[in-house]
Amino acid sequence: MEYVDSLTGFRLDGRRPNDIRQIRAEIGVVAKADGSALFEMGNTKVIAAVYRPTEVQNKGQQINNQALVRCEYSMANFSTRDLQEDQRGTEISLVICQTMEACILVHLMPCSQIDIFVQVLQADGETRSACINAATLTLADACFPMRDIVTSCSAGYLSSTPLLHLNYVEDSARGPDVTVGILAKMDKVTLLQMGSKLPIDIFENVMQLAIEGCKAIAQYIREVLLENTKLLESRKGL
Amino acid sequence: MEQRLANTWQMTVNERKFIEMALAADLRVDDRGPFDYRPCTITFGRHKLKYLQFSFTNRVGGSSEVQLGETHVMSYVTSQLVQPYRDRPNEGTLSIFTEFSPMADPAFEAGRPGEFAIELGRIVDRGLRESGAVDMESLCVVVGKLVWSIRVDLHILDNGGNLIDAANIAALASLLTFRRPECTLGGDDNHELIIHDIEDREPLPLIIHHLPVAVTFAVFGEGNIMVIDPSYKEEAVMGGRMTITMNSNGDICAVQKAGIGISSSVIIRCLEICAVKAAEITSKINHANLLDSQMESFNDGRSIQYPNFHPVDVAIQDNLPDVIMNKKQIENLTGHLAALPLDALDRNSNKSGAVVVGTNTRAKFENNQARDGVPFYSPSNWDPYPRKLCSCLARSSLKLSGLPEDVEEDKVNTTQSVKVECGLEHTKGASSSRALETASEYTTVEATSQYIKAPKTLKDAVKIQNRKMRK
Repeated sequence: MEYVDSLTGFRLDGRRPNDIRQIRAEIGVVAKADGSALFEMGNTKVIAAVYRPTEVQNKGQQINNQALVRCEYSMANFSTRDLQEDQRGTEISLVICQTMEACILVHLMPCSQIDIFVQVLQADGETRSACINAATLTLADACFPMRDIVTSCSAGYLSSTPLLHLNYVEDSARGPDVTVGILAKMDKVTLLQMGSKLPIDIFENVMQLAIEGCKAIAQYIREVLLENTKLLESRKGL
Repeated sequence: MEQRLANTWQMTVNERKFIEMALAADLRVDDRGPFDYRPCTITFGRHKLKYLQFSFTNRVGGSSEVQLGETHVMSYVTSQLVQPYRDRPNEGTLSIFTEFSPMADPAFEAGRPGEFAIELGRIVDRGLRESGAVDMESLCVVVGKLVWSIRVDLHILDNGGNLIDAANIAALASLLTFRRPECTLGGDDNHELIIHDIEDREPLPLIIHHLPVAVTFAVFGEGNIMVIDPSYKEEAVMGGRMTITMNSNGDICAVQKAGIGISSSVIIRCLEICAVKAAEITSKINHANLLDSQMESFNDGRSIQYPNFHPVDVAIQDNLPDVIMNKKQIENLTGHLAALPLDALDRNSNKSGAVVVGTNTRAKFENNQARDGVPFYSPSNWDPYPRKLCSCLARSSLKLSGLPEDVEEDKVNTTQSVKVECGLEHTKGASSSRALETASEYTTVEATSQYIKAPKTLKDAVKIQNRKMRK
């Protein structure tokens, strides 16, 4: 299958190899939660919610000098046609957890537990990236103290071209798939996952492309957060 | 999250600070360089139907044990004929299962795998399956109906840190030694599937295109200090971990990193280091596999001539780094043993004679002969079932910093290994020195050739039989 048309250079969904997907974010979608957000990347739709720090339920897991971050990732049954393995879900939960733990200032909330819930409503590739972006917005909405915004996106290498933002069809091609999550302003990589095979130099190119994509998403997230703050200001009558 | 039980080991603040400060000064507490692996031992075992007394399975399993420093992982590969997945009708399947026994670490829960167990399984799975290391299409028997399903079981026996690398090496080693029975289509109308017994037709190995080797980096500090192959204590202190799976061709097969942020330039440097390490480990695995297959063909040859022959099985020790014990150390041990009283050595000496071991014994104690005329051998020949611990020898073995423990690895298979009887058991000493955690690493004493015994003569086959009859 030709993932990049040789004549026009367009991909299967009409994008160019370096084009980002259409991103849309909304804050405060779950009224009951302390922080929530809806994040869309192309056709992938993810909703995330977080509650304020609570007492650790399982005392054996309590950490005395920092907060315990727990993340629950689930895919709605209607989100995709194919069955997903249970282990994949556990691994993604773990990965999101570790990524968010790196950006929240956990040492300010010792002996407490932070629960992040992420639900995939529509899956069209890049679900874990969308989840991390949604989680960032959620934590910002709930006013958690954070080091920086974490954004994530994926890139691949098909038909000898580095492609940014893989959708489901490109992901199923069993080609290389690099998912990167960065701390935007600090320019540090927190999440890096890769599957299939790539030579080192091509891997570096693909990783750099993904990092650029992440920075673009970070720019958008900042705008959304600023808008939200202005809205809150006007509601308060400031 | 892993359950933390009441008796789980917790690190003290002092120890944590000590390790952190040492790493900031570019020192590791076990005196390794930042990019040095601990000594690695790979043992192969192959279970064959004809060598097992009671066997209810007709399967030829491949297994391996890897000892990376204190970490001990065992891997076992089995195969089964199943129906293929609907979207891939002409490919076999490969699945990885992990078993984290609380024996290895009280923090592990028995039964359901915890998060880290799943992560480890998925990293090994990504490296092996998604990179195309094992050829899946060759496992197809009948398109759309029957394919071979390969199952790799990873058992963690001892958690000494860096389980991912050890488990990966174990999985690779066991896949290399695994043989599946040959099956052909036959019968009246060529539609009947015949699975040939391993006695009739030689079982086939898997087609493995490349060996993806996992190299784990531990991150400390602000994300600027990286070390390879973290030990258990370093893992408790580390800020995060990054695992890169590469093969010796310079292809990156898998990367897994989540947690503390590191800059992309550090990642690229780690990739370069990983390329070197992966090539090293690949050559070690291949070398060990080559020695093992030589041993296997030797056994096969012998079994044709002597139907009751029990195969020689030795631990193929492939260690990094290789350190030669110098003459002075050998002399010291010799002198020490010479000074020991004879009855201490002779208490439980075997009635049957000792089997002459190969030509590579380094030090022979010409002065000392036990009562039966059993000659003493150098510490290179350990009895696997020690009956007596000599405390003074334990102390001296500490000085020599790590004598090889070899034949203990033999416990994998039920075949009788050729034992070397020596009046003085040194194995206990070696294991106690291991348990005491000497600061020095497990320096190996010689290259692997030391364990290949000299070609057997008719006498040796006869001798083994005698021992059996007496029992």
